Amino acid sequence: MKEIRFHGRGGQGAVIASNILANAAFLEGKDVQAFPFFGVERRGAPVTAFTRLDDKPIRIKYFIYNPNYVIVMDESLLKAVDVTAGLKDPGIVVVNSKRTPEEMELSQYKVATVDATSIALDNDLGSKVAPIVNTVMLGAFAIATGEVKLDSILESIPDRVPVKAEENTKACQTAAEKVVLHW
Amino acid sequence: MSTKKVISGNYTAAYASMLCRAQVVPAYPITPQTTIVEKIAEFVASGQMKAQYINVESEHSAMAACISAALTGARTFTATSAHGLVLMHEMLHWAAGARTPVIMANVNRALAPPWSGWADHTDSMSQRDTGWLQIYCSSNQEVLDTLILCYKVCEQPDIMLPAMVNMDAFILSHTSEVVDVPDQKEVDDYLPKFDPEYTLDVDDPRSFGTLAFPQSWYMEWRYKIQHAHDLAAKRLVDEAKAFEKHFGRPWGGLIEEYRSKDAEIILVTMSTIASTTKDVVDSLRDKGRDVGLVRVKSFRPFPTKDLREALGHAKVIGVADRSHTYGNEGPLFTEVKGALYNHDRRPPLVGFTVGIGGRDVLDTTIEGLYDRLEKVADGEAYKEVTWIDLIGDEEEVV
Repeated sequence: MKEIRFHGRGGQGAVIASNILANAAFLEGKDVQAFPFFGVERRGAPVTAFTRLDDKPIRIKYFIYNPNYVIVMDESLLKAVDVTAGLKDPGIVVVNSKRTPEEMELSQYKVATVDATSIALDNDLGSKVAPIVNTVMLGAFAIATGEVKLDSILESIPDRVPVKAEENTKACQTAAEKVVLHW
Repeated sequence: MSTKKVISGNYTAAYASMLCRAQVVPAYPITPQTTIVEKIAEFVASGQMKAQYINVESEHSAMAACISAALTGARTFTATSAHGLVLMHEMLHWAAGARTPVIMANVNRALAPPWSGWADHTDSMSQRDTGWLQIYCSSNQEVLDTLILCYKVCEQPDIMLPAMVNMDAFILSHTSEVVDVPDQKEVDDYLPKFDPEYTLDVDDPRSFGTLAFPQSWYMEWRYKIQHAHDLAAKRLVDEAKAFEKHFGRPWGGLIEEYRSKDAEIILVTMSTIASTTKDVVDSLRDKGRDVGLVRVKSFRPFPTKDLREALGHAKVIGVADRSHTYGNEGPLFTEVKGALYNHDRRPPLVGFTVGIGGRDVLDTTIEGLYDRLEKVADGEAYKEVTWIDLIGDEEEVV
């Protein structure tokens, strides 16, 4: 079983991202779960969402405490939230950042970075204050982890995003090309 | 042809109401039920679902509208949670008393204060005596299948009772899982049109819900509700067999036995906790430990006979409740004990109150319960009821 934790801010699409990822793995024949932790929801507040993937039926029904992968959709969360809490060794952290993985202070983990904010804005996804980076991060995740095929993510996007399916698809593909890995 | 979809428990419930051709849906939104009624509103607005969607001013009115619509012969559906459900309380009694087969999804959520949006069963357990069938689901697939099955059973002329299909807040309501969604024809072939014998009809006037004197037939009317529950217990099992034949997957019975037939130590629980427990049972069995699970799916009608057969051989039985009857213990614990009191063997029973207000119930939580039960089996003294995973132990909290 593989477990993924998403850290985002309200409005960035973390919950939908967890769902697109689950659907992509389902298309590849896996059993899946995707779920959010809802606190007091409001735009901009830290949000957590989760995805589980397995070759056999998933029966456990509790939160994820020891993820294999962490996706950080907003770099400022690195200071606000312990994003690597419980991360398995060797775990992979995929961060939305203009910086390279070497410049991140996460040297004990495998780190991948992608400038998801710029890619989202280039594709008219969200605004400068609130870029919607969820599909962008998934493009980077597919390449960084190899856990699902990029094509499966792309196939799941039109069904799961409420608007701008084309823009989201293009942004996701761009992220897959531009993600920087360091390990 | 059915289609497998990755959908949340809430969307699953919405799809079920559409596939069952609910004709009247009076609803009031409440977290975490909201996306059920939002999705139905979308279905109705787009013309996909031919139903009258009624925006009401409260859950009390939602249920009143369901009862009235059902009395005219319409198939009804609504959904609620927590404070919404308890606000319906008076009308829940009315729905069962008037013998209207209203079907409702309830998202099990804790009650305030303190405010909590998360899973526990206090809301539905406090509706125990209203006369409704209560089924507790442990997966989204089961939410869909149970809703279809409940329409099939509850609308039969000798049953005519309302049913509440329960799912844990967020753990099912907002969790997307793979659900095999049947197509319209498959459901139509299984579920006939609702065609009650007596209806509210201005051209053929009758009285409903009138006065009954102590010496006339109030008591007999009420006895018939009990009788209908007894029939429903049998009918759920019979119709589940037909369901399996038709849809190609089992629904099972009023309880589910998981590696318990040859187990000395059995945990009894409900809902999603039972799903996690299956993994725990497998892992403990691999280590040679003698454990099993019995899941109660139908809390009303209560499966007394099934539980006697499934639990009578055990050396020790634990019961994990996700709610608590203040001044006593967990309601499931009380009822399981009651069921076993008239058994010729009376194995010791231990109650656990767990997961209140959505406190996460992990595999390690459940392993801890089996550890406690093993000690009881070894003859150690035990407390009859323990609150599990408190911050600090029970004495410290007070």
